[in-house]
Amino acid sequence: MTTLHTVNKSPFEKTSLDKCLQYAGGNSAVLLIEDGVYAAVKGTDVEPRIKTALDSVKVYVLGPDLNARGFSDGRVIEGISVVDYAGFVDLAAENAKVQAWL
Amino acid sequence: MSETIKNFLYLNRRAPYGSIYAWEALEVVLIGAAFDQDVSLAFVDDGVYQLTKGHNTADIGMKNFSPTFAALGDYEVKKIFIEQESLDERGLTLDDLQHLVWEDEDEDYAEKDSIKVVNRTEMAAIMDGADVVFSF
Repeated sequence: MTTLHTVNKSPFEKTSLDKCLQYAGGNSAVLLIEDGVYAAVKGTDVEPRIKTALDSVKVYVLGPDLNARGFSDGRVIEGISVVDYAGFVDLAAENAKVQAWL
Repeated sequence: MSETIKNFLYLNRRAPYGSIYAWEALEVVLIGAAFDQDVSLAFVDDGVYQLTKGHNTADIGMKNFSPTFAALGDYEVKKIFIEQESLDERGLTLDDLQHLVWEDEDEDYAEKDSIKVVNRTEMAAIMDGADVVFSF
């Protein structure tokens, strides 16, 4: 079953992202929202974990949450797709269910 | 009446917008600034994200409170310490942060930098030296 996993916590403060990546299966999509977007930025200590995850899952980041925090699309790790709210809706519709990692 | 000046340290460890801590801390600092105490701000861990420039909250329906940091100098808040290790972990440099200044009355209102980047050992000493620590 395809699942959209959402992560809304900072990877520096909570284990939400790491746990999500441990459980998310091959057909899954992972969407970073709210403070979860910090994991999408290049050059952080989290980047190696995200790059490993990109080998097996699709990773997206919500643009409005990224821009709110002062990061442009250009700061995002290659391989991660930036989506807007309509893209969020599409991802929710495309997948059989949504699982939130709080 | 004798007046005791205490060294207040506001310790910021949370990212902005995801929770209310960052904004509330700023509100408390501005209120506290009216009481003529010796105020310092420390930004460690995700707190360093509060000071990044270019916040645009138009599409998340929240107030962008980051411009308020620029007003701190006018409230005599001129000691803002940022931890180098926290910046490094997040792939950030001083260039990613707002340039915050205060005006020195004694030097013809020359603008001076408010932000000082310190290492973890120095930050520990700053915490140790504070009379009161407010955590956010």
